[in-house]
Amino acid sequence: MTIAHTLKIEEDGEILRTQSLTKSYETPLGSLLVLNKINLAIQSRTSIALMGESGSGKSTLLHLIGALDDPDAGSIFIEGKEITQLKESEKADLRRGKIGFVFQQFNLIASLTVAENLAFQARLADRLDPSWLAELTRRLGLSQITSRYPEQLSGGQQQRVAVGRALAVKPRLLLADEPTGNLDEKTGDSVLALTLELVEETGCAFLMATHSARLAARLQRQCRLESGVLTCP
Amino acid sequence: MKQLFWSLAALLSHWRKHPTSLAILLMGLSIATALWSGVQALNAQAKNSYNQAAAIFNQANTQNIIAQKGGYFDQDLFIRLRRAGAKVSPIIEGRIYFHKKELKIIGVDPITTPKNASSELVHSLKSAFDLIDKEGMAFISPETLQELGSKAGDRLKTDRGIVLPPLNPLSSVPPGAIITDIGIAQNTLARAEKLSRLIVDQKNNLDSEQVSTLTKNVLRLVAADESNDLTRLTDSFHLNLTAFGMLAFVVGFFIVNASVGLAFEQRLPTLRTLRALGAPAYLLVAGMLIEIAALTLIAGLIGVTGGFFIAQELLPNVAASLEGLYGAQISRHLTLDKNWFFSAFAMAGGGALLANAAGLVKTLRLPVLNVAKPIAWREINHGYLRRQALLSLLAIIIAMLTYSVGKNLLSGFAFMACGLLGAAMLLPFILALTLFVGERQSQQPLLRWLFADGRQEIPGLSLALMALLLTLSANIGIGGMVTGFRETFLTWLDERLVAEIYYETATAEDALKIEAWAQNEQEIDAILPVWRAKALVENQPVELMGMTFHDTYIRHFPLLSSKENVWESLRSSDAILVSEQLARRLNVHIDDALNLPTGDDDWRVTIAGIFPDYGNPKGQIRIDHERLARHFPDASRTHYSLRVAPRSTASVMTKMKAIHGDKIVRIVDQEEVKNISIGIFEKTFMITGALNTLMLIVSAVALFTSLLTLSNLRLRQVAPVWAIGVSRQTLATIELTRILIFAAGVALVAIPLGVFITWGLVTIINVIAFGWRLPMHIYPMHWLMVFITSLLTAFFASLVPVIQLARSKPIDLLKGFVDAR
Repeated sequence: MTIAHTLKIEEDGEILRTQSLTKSYETPLGSLLVLNKINLAIQSRTSIALMGESGSGKSTLLHLIGALDDPDAGSIFIEGKEITQLKESEKADLRRGKIGFVFQQFNLIASLTVAENLAFQARLADRLDPSWLAELTRRLGLSQITSRYPEQLSGGQQQRVAVGRALAVKPRLLLADEPTGNLDEKTGDSVLALTLELVEETGCAFLMATHSARLAARLQRQCRLESGVLTCP
Repeated sequence: MKQLFWSLAALLSHWRKHPTSLAILLMGLSIATALWSGVQALNAQAKNSYNQAAAIFNQANTQNIIAQKGGYFDQDLFIRLRRAGAKVSPIIEGRIYFHKKELKIIGVDPITTPKNASSELVHSLKSAFDLIDKEGMAFISPETLQELGSKAGDRLKTDRGIVLPPLNPLSSVPPGAIITDIGIAQNTLARAEKLSRLIVDQKNNLDSEQVSTLTKNVLRLVAADESNDLTRLTDSFHLNLTAFGMLAFVVGFFIVNASVGLAFEQRLPTLRTLRALGAPAYLLVAGMLIEIAALTLIAGLIGVTGGFFIAQELLPNVAASLEGLYGAQISRHLTLDKNWFFSAFAMAGGGALLANAAGLVKTLRLPVLNVAKPIAWREINHGYLRRQALLSLLAIIIAMLTYSVGKNLLSGFAFMACGLLGAAMLLPFILALTLFVGERQSQQPLLRWLFADGRQEIPGLSLALMALLLTLSANIGIGGMVTGFRETFLTWLDERLVAEIYYETATAEDALKIEAWAQNEQEIDAILPVWRAKALVENQPVELMGMTFHDTYIRHFPLLSSKENVWESLRSSDAILVSEQLARRLNVHIDDALNLPTGDDDWRVTIAGIFPDYGNPKGQIRIDHERLARHFPDASRTHYSLRVAPRSTASVMTKMKAIHGDKIVRIVDQEEVKNISIGIFEKTFMITGALNTLMLIVSAVALFTSLLTLSNLRLRQVAPVWAIGVSRQTLATIELTRILIFAAGVALVAIPLGVFITWGLVTIINVIAFGWRLPMHIYPMHWLMVFITSLLTAFFASLVPVIQLARSKPIDLLKGFVDAR
């Protein structure tokens, strides 16, 4: 990466850039190419919907970008820093401080209360802003249930906690993997609306994997992943 | 049938997907069975040996005639009975020494031995005696022959210098015994014309009254089992061993229960699907029962094999313990019967059925439709803790009831078992509470999560932790008792063994000659006789020890309680000292009167003091030696001890051997007697040490298997934490810390529980089983060792799962998210 490129990133507010990102899995039938030289860039305050059929590689791409998995080839830059060669602890630092992740299955920590779950990542990153946390809690409609445990919540409530946890750290990049996949249409819509609102306010970049063309349409750009190839119109 | 087949196939397919779970389940069941059957094999082996020893010339319902007052009686009485037409055969039994190894010699009369007395052995003896020449033959078990380093045809020379007839190995002779012609045995024992008992032909029509009349009350008729002291004496030891086996089975069973519970949870969706597809609940239960039967068969086979090897490995320790405690000789060659084999399978089946009981009931009640809801761990946890607390309360109430009601050994063990289980079941509660406090006190998020998540893990790990708790507390408790016993025993030994030299002569005449010589020896300060007789007092076998109440005893002999001027009373009146265990068995106290049967009449004596007599299974009475000789003319007058200046010990012994070597059977100095006693003591607790180690290994396995079983589930719990920025290494460190916190908690609970066990053993079990009450000791250094052991056990048990987590690939952790779907 050249100095000029770095400067350009800063100018554009580029949060994420992938270059020729490739990933395949070994299966009993041989190697399966899931992602084939994916190039993707996303600026701050930008939201992109990642569409594709089940098994098209949407989750894999999010996992690679989120430093949860390693690519076979290619590069990933987050705020201009290449992350694929980072050490385990550096990747953990990155996830903790710069990336928020919302999973389809919520993946809240069952042993902690709503309040503790909300603050967990921010506390880990030592970036807890109590007033921001309080506002998040209020805006996500969780104020009355902060002392409850995840199992005592509805699916919609759990997903709002997951969104709150991811945003409490004020991440530079929010990744969401089918965040409304387990919710009914109405609840899903309301969770997404809130998420987009908060994304806008925090100024982070938002990348969401979804099946739903209806939900995807609410994001600024829509990309499609098909046979390992990403197409962004 | 087809339905059953396909349902079973679907159920069994679970194990194909989870081979580790199957392996853990089989291992748990096999270990539980192996430990139980191993201990049972040891019990059976020991009991076989007792029976073999007791039944050499006895069969079921065969009666014996013994001396009214115990000990030897005149051969004339046998002749008198034979002349009166009684079909009786004489036996003499005694102890001989060969290179200081004690052997039992049994003299029999082949001519009068009843045909029905003992099948194989007697026939062998009869035919062999028929063939032998006048020098006779000594029959010995092949095992003892080997132990002595002799071979068939060798002639043993006893330590007294008597040469036995050529040895002839015969497998039906019990270990540690030599059987020979009665005349030879009488000569070897220096008991000419004396007999120990008469065995009565089954066809005989003798009754008790006839025997008493014909022998003028010197002899009495007893049932065969009445004369088998060994079985009675060792009952408590075997109950101890069984309790240990049961504890080991419980620890092994915990592994099974944990893996069965997990398998059921994992298989619940399959069961629901099968029910939804039309398989009736009873069919699924039938399938599960077939599965249990198959598991029983496999685990039973492995368990029986393991049990055999455990028994074989522990047999020398058990034999040493029994020899140390009771002088019982146990064959070192393991022989097992089909009852043992089938009972091991029954235990495996019972264990498997019990572990599956909850699953079977749940399957029967399983609704076809289930409202989808996430795993409510808090509900499960609260429910679990509630159940545990209730069970714990129930166990503690039962313990308290058995303590207040029962006064026998079984109720003593029941009290301790219920107390232990009650405390063990309270463990999850205590751990949950500790973790809750830890969570509330922590500010750091990861630390808070560590405690909070630990609470979530409790139901999954609690059985393994309870197993560890039982093991550690047994270690502290039994270790405390043994160490305390050792300390008390050594102090007691120092007080008891004050004389410098101890010797035994061949005959009373020899003893008198040595006594006369010793009186003129400048170096010898005092000659202390320890004459001996045996008696049955209120049906309890009692050793009567006649002593002269020299200053040595007045200054050193340990007494637990005594009346004023005890030594003067002993010298001047018919007063006695009674051993603690005899006092308890007879329920007598200071100043109580006791009737000692002397043959012609009862001798009424008064108890002037009670003394500790640790390690002696039989009751003992100490009495003035001259009074003993008056009332028991047959008392053995061959044991003496000498007081000499310590520096002269060696020279006096050398002189005695040189001048009186032919008259002395054994002569040892104080140090050697102490060493022998300590050696016996150490042997006594060999099996305890071995079983303690074995249990520690098993509980480490229990913890390891539980952690391994949970490690897959843990992935799902740690994956979100990893995803939001905690490295695998940090997570692995947290996992390890958590397990170590659990282990530390368990060890801390194990300390008071261990003290409870020591207290129970010292104040209840030992008192009932052996009759002696030891002072209670506590050993904080031992606690520290156990604490470290607990941490090390947990560390090693968690090493594999923790390393697995630290080295897990991102894809494994990502699977945590996929699996959750």
